[in-house]
Amino acid sequence: APFFMLPLSANFFHWIYKNGISNGGLYKRPFNEHFEQAPMYVAVFTYLGFGVGTLFGYLRDFMRAWGLEKCHLATEREEQKDFVPLYQDFENFYTRNLYMRIRDNWNRPICSVPGPQFDLMERVTDDFNWTFRFTGRCIKDVINMGSYNYLGFAETDANALKTVADVLQRYGTGVCSTRQEMGNIDKHVELENLVARFLDVEAAMVFGMGFATNSMNIPALVGKGCLILSDELNHTSLVLGARLSGATIRVFKHNNMQSLEKLLRDAIAHGQPRSHRAWKKILILVEGIYSMEGSIVRLPEIVTLKKKYKAYLYLDEAHSIGAVGPTGRGVVEYFGMDPDDVDVLMGTFTKSFGAAGGYIAGKKELVDFLRTHSHSATYATSMCPPVAEQIIRAMKCVMGLDGTTQGLQRVCQLSENTRYFRQRLHEMGFIVYGNDDSPVVPLLLYMPGKIGAFARRMLDKNIGVVVVGFPATPIGESRARFCVSAAHTREMLDTVLNALDELGDFLHLKYSRHSRSSHPELYNETSFELED
Amino acid sequence: MDIKHAKDYLYWLYFQYLLITCCYVLEPWEQSMFHTIFITVFAMVVYTGYVFVPIHIHLAFEFFSQIFGGQHESTVAIMN
Repeated sequence: APFFMLPLSANFFHWIYKNGISNGGLYKRPFNEHFEQAPMYVAVFTYLGFGVGTLFGYLRDFMRAWGLEKCHLATEREEQKDFVPLYQDFENFYTRNLYMRIRDNWNRPICSVPGPQFDLMERVTDDFNWTFRFTGRCIKDVINMGSYNYLGFAETDANALKTVADVLQRYGTGVCSTRQEMGNIDKHVELENLVARFLDVEAAMVFGMGFATNSMNIPALVGKGCLILSDELNHTSLVLGARLSGATIRVFKHNNMQSLEKLLRDAIAHGQPRSHRAWKKILILVEGIYSMEGSIVRLPEIVTLKKKYKAYLYLDEAHSIGAVGPTGRGVVEYFGMDPDDVDVLMGTFTKSFGAAGGYIAGKKELVDFLRTHSHSATYATSMCPPVAEQIIRAMKCVMGLDGTTQGLQRVCQLSENTRYFRQRLHEMGFIVYGNDDSPVVPLLLYMPGKIGAFARRMLDKNIGVVVVGFPATPIGESRARFCVSAAHTREMLDTVLNALDELGDFLHLKYSRHSRSSHPELYNETSFELED
Repeated sequence: MDIKHAKDYLYWLYFQYLLITCCYVLEPWEQSMFHTIFITVFAMVVYTGYVFVPIHIHLAFEFFSQIFGGQHESTVAIMN
């Protein structure tokens, strides 16, 4: 019988019987991740497609340079033509010639709350995506498979937003100051205590912007003479923070514990590059769920390594807080571990709580240090009160403090939706990356022609998806990224899955070689004999 | 009905060709240029195959049968 149809404990014993216990039993539950490789001809055709695009790009650049075609872009002035060229690197070439052609699939303006369904403004282009104009029409009720709305808190229900409206009346919208000057509002203190209680740690501090939380606080924690070990596929905010800090950065392969251990051993054995002194601090930067791959960090192994080699761990739970774990407390709860094992817990409120901002949580000494030394606290405007109230009400809902079980229902609904969606996609034969429990579902498209075709045809069927290509992903692995939400009903998911089935056949996207039948109705047959 | 299926299938094949060669994203005049070049190259490949492949297979067959079987074969018999 298929693996997920067995009850949970039988699942677990079945898994142990098949796979044995690895890592001495560190994992209390099965850890299933798939990164299937496509057949070789797919890679060949992908590079062929990029080759054709590049050739035509050179042709168009030639025509623009010799005045045979009007140039819509920024170019240098006549007097500057003898200087070092500004726009000749590959990234600009790629933007001019490949991204522009399919640009209508990104930056689509929406005109409603990004809930499970939303309204889009219709845009047309007369000159192949160089300029757009609005027709004035609004495409209504497009199913939203792209927003990070994991628990469905992006809603406009007046009852749910009552406290937020009250706070808006009382405090207004602007804070007009930084945290250390006059911007420390009692809502922030209330929110920080709530976050600390939610995560079961000593203290927490909140910031106005999630990206700035990473990029402005890592420089406060590490400096020159420290070592940062960062995962290959870390988010730009972590990379920026690491570079700004001035510490030495070494990269280990994505979620690969052997690579991390090798780097740790080398660091401790050899010390700093020329002087061979011991490193002042070793900080491991990982994320809870990686948003482009859908993979979950191997936290038990990392914590074991960090304890053995006496390093510090910085866990960025931007996508995983609220989205994984039996009660939505993130990857620490998902693996059944103690939050004290992670030195710095960071997360954002943008994804699961329907607000904006980020937090850093951990021991009280750490948070008190950050209150004085963080760049964000000193220079950036603090979080505005209505947003803080939205987070407070969402977090109280998830914790059950508002007296209902709605929060827990949302978390359970999200995990059920995730399991169902991933299982159906696997059955249909698509290549889907990531862990079975992560609500971020990347579906691989590979070829550049299919990126534009997929997004446009899904919009024609009234489903909004996010497609990603180079440079956010490796050049041969462009994908469509679905974000499952607790607000999606079974009917919406079925609509999306049927559309995907049809589109997968039309665009020939079902590359998986492990798939079972694409028509699961056969499993309900009572007999497979031919009718006479 | 059969004609409709056949037309749909042909359109599907044409669309796959557009997606695989990344012609789908090109402007119409670029697509025409690409189709012309592609059909020319393909026609040349087919013509070369038609002219040369049977002769080469025949020669190879003669060569290998000479090794294994016939010492009686004379070199005059090859050109026909």
